[in-house]
Amino acid sequence: MNGGQDLGGVMGFGPVVDEPNEPWFHEPWEARVLGLTLAMGALGLWNIDKGRFARENRSPAQYLSWSYYRIWLAGLENLLDQNGLRDKDATAASRNLKPLTADKVAATLARGGPANRQPQSPARFKVGDSITTNNNHPQHHTRLPRYLRGHKGEIVIVHGAHVFPDDAAHDKGENPQWLYTVRFKATDLWGDDKNPNDHVHADLWEPYFV
Amino acid sequence: MTSHHHHDHDHDHEEGSALADTALRVRALETLLTEKGYVDPAALDELIDTYEHKVGPRNGAAVVARCWSDPAYRARLLKDATSAIAELDFTGRQGEHMIAVENTDKVHNMVVCTLCSCYPWPVLGLPPVWYKSPPYRSRVVIDPRGVLADFGHSVPEETEVRVWDSTAEVRYLVIPKRPQGTDGWSEQQLAELVTRNSMIGTGFALDPSEIISSESQA
Repeated sequence: MNGGQDLGGVMGFGPVVDEPNEPWFHEPWEARVLGLTLAMGALGLWNIDKGRFARENRSPAQYLSWSYYRIWLAGLENLLDQNGLRDKDATAASRNLKPLTADKVAATLARGGPANRQPQSPARFKVGDSITTNNNHPQHHTRLPRYLRGHKGEIVIVHGAHVFPDDAAHDKGENPQWLYTVRFKATDLWGDDKNPNDHVHADLWEPYFV
Repeated sequence: MTSHHHHDHDHDHEEGSALADTALRVRALETLLTEKGYVDPAALDELIDTYEHKVGPRNGAAVVARCWSDPAYRARLLKDATSAIAELDFTGRQGEHMIAVENTDKVHNMVVCTLCSCYPWPVLGLPPVWYKSPPYRSRVVIDPRGVLADFGHSVPEETEVRVWDSTAEVRYLVIPKRPQGTDGWSEQQLAELVTRNSMIGTGFALDPSEIISSESQA
């Protein structure tokens, strides 16, 4: 979706300010939101793509005015309600859900959630190939930012097939697609006044290409 | 009190109230999720403790220091970073598919996630606020040299600035250039020179003199 989260190239936010000796959390509740999000994610009721869409799927004004963990809180609340987990009668027992226990935390985090899968078809592209990205503007979750749509790029890494977020975020299955790192010239993306030596790279799935 | 000061006071008060509301909202949610049995309070504490105390940029610094010290490790890291980083026991969530990108005299790498906040947790811990915020996410792809200047740094015009937008589940670790005057240093000593920002690409590894001066001030 063309939402507030799709920030590449947007202007007017001012300089980047690095906070010296920044704490991991600025408020105690931020740590609780992180922990709750990870603990609830471990129940396996949603994937990372649904999580991202739950955070970005709001008005740009809200996305841009809320702090990071405030957005995470709202995203978690959305996921809870999509799954009816706050309904009066809903409990872990009634839903047959097994909560993450403290003794499993380290192993669960160390395992993570790899996104690579068996490919469904041969790769269409190899390193060195030239591609052009689509200029589509889907209302659903997508990971092709607006600033990279309709541009020529060069394949520099072939990663294998990965879970396709556009489908995985919307209950359409993982539909693994070939993932590539694509190299774009800064002058192609942003105009001739940019440094001709500079490039932007992004990781893009095959369905994003013409 | 001038009206200007009065206005500031009200503004602070409103922000304070919103924060307090959020804190209450989170506490209520935690209570509900715990009572319903979805969340084990001990697991919640363990998750938070992990990211507050066990994971952070010292992990990435150890990877960089080994890369600088051991040519065979460097070769493995540049070929298959996920496996090479796992040799140091840094694995898992938000580091499942790692790529190491090396700064040289010809290339300076910078990492961003314009769409959210993707960041290599196992080697750097949780991202700083600036990394997650609109000023950095919007600008580093269109004006990377301007962003570098915000951090007080620059690279020559003829050096390629290579920005990596983390749009998938691949995570990037920048290997900063090894500072001069560090021949014969141990991995442990070298790791002291490796800052978090140098592994994102918004900074450089410290010069040995910066370590010495900060120690003499301490």
